[in-house]
Amino acid sequence: MCLGIPARIVGEPNENGMAQVEILGVTRWVSTHMVPDAKVGDHVLVHAGFALEVISEQFALETLELLREAGIVEDEASALEAEPTP
Amino acid sequence: MSADLSAAFRDPALADGVVRRIHAAATRPMKIMEVCGTHTMSIAKNGIRGLMPQAITLLSGPGCPVCVTGNADIDLAIEIARQPGVVLATFGDMMKVPGSYSSLAREKADGRDVRVVYSPLDALSIAEREPDREVVFLGVGFETTAPTIAITVQEAARRGLGNFSVLSLHKTVPIALEALVNDPSVEIDGFILPGHVSVVIGTRPYEPLASRYGVPGVITGFEPLDILQGILMLAEQLRDGRAAIEVAYTRAVSPEGNPHAIAAIADVFEPADAEWRGIGVIPGTGLSIRTRYAAFDAAKRFPVQPPEPRQPKGCQCGDVLRGAVLPYDCKLFGTGCTPEHPIGPCMVSSEGSCAAYYRYTDHGRG
Ligand code: SF4
Repeated sequence: MCLGIPARIVGEPNENGMAQVEILGVTRWVSTHMVPDAKVGDHVLVHAGFALEVISEQFALETLELLREAGIVEDEASALEAEPTP
Repeated sequence: MSADLSAAFRDPALADGVVRRIHAAATRPMKIMEVCGTHTMSIAKNGIRGLMPQAITLLSGPGCPVCVTGNADIDLAIEIARQPGVVLATFGDMMKVPGSYSSLAREKADGRDVRVVYSPLDALSIAEREPDREVVFLGVGFETTAPTIAITVQEAARRGLGNFSVLSLHKTVPIALEALVNDPSVEIDGFILPGHVSVVIGTRPYEPLASRYGVPGVITGFEPLDILQGILMLAEQLRDGRAAIEVAYTRAVSPEGNPHAIAAIADVFEPADAEWRGIGVIPGTGLSIRTRYAAFDAAKRFPVQPPEPRQPKGCQCGDVLRGAVLPYDCKLFGTGCTPEHPIGPCMVSSEGSCAAYYRYTDHGRG
């Protein structure tokens, strides 16, 4: 539950500090409040819809592969779909 | 040994080398506790216990936020969900956790408006879209999650939302570990510390473990090889009679943590007493919402009185969380209590110790 999932920022943040990221093949809005200096193209660690920290591309790829091996990616991917309201 | 290694480790030769060095360093009995549910899962799944020398005992600690949430707190959330007009939003992990008399999943089946969200911001959006409803977010988690809730409360204040509040059951890790070290019924020689919690808070809050109590800790990633590396660093410290907080996860953790996250936590929350399942109340390990954000504090907005809490009969989840017993010491483990029919929260959450033992090992005995 305390895991961050690597994602890549694909758009500029809006006026609410929300930016679009690509995460596990899904596009989602995440908050950039904790990473105000992050830029489009940067990799970030995402937890519960928030970018926690900017990470290197290499670390992002490694972490993703590990999550996949550990079978955690499926859990998180289904959590991404959990947004309930239309 | 090498058969195990090649199955679980991407670089078996490297892992084999680390395991050899751990055996060489284990010159005395060492009790090492991991305090992160993801570590618990990874250790169980990759058979790391089986690779340890006789002298090293690996204990699972209170690292699953859902598991350490006390029954009284879950009962409180359920009672709030029963109030008219309330939408209770929370993370999926919380749904099946049994309280004293019910669970949020059962309340939902009974017609209460309980919704699973991925992010606290999703709960905020519900409040914006449904102004006639009282949206309460049930906040559970450690320092990784706390800043996300803090920023959500700041956003709610900024947007002037009058129908959004948070029931904060958050807990903070470092002081809880000091309490465990002081517990005479548990012996801990070293800690494998959580990687992603530390991304947020850095290494400093753990320093007293080493400097005041002489118990070393190593912040570790969750890859099996990372964990072996962490165990090796601990074993070497213990062999040499040193106690320091070290980082085996330099790729992501800085000593200061993330200053924006820490500032948000400090703005919205203040330290409070928190009840940990199995450990009891530990002063200063909870996060309650500061008076200036009182309008967003569900505990203040809904002064409900849940019935006296009670514990499930025979469940030793609390002892498991303190590292006092292992899951298979519980008489119900695997018989009366399984992931399909969990009795205690340690069997509910996929990162709970009982569930990890049940799922990945020969019921923990192998
Ligand atoms: S096996 Fe079930 S009943 Fe036993 S301690 Fe674990 S959660 Fe409780």
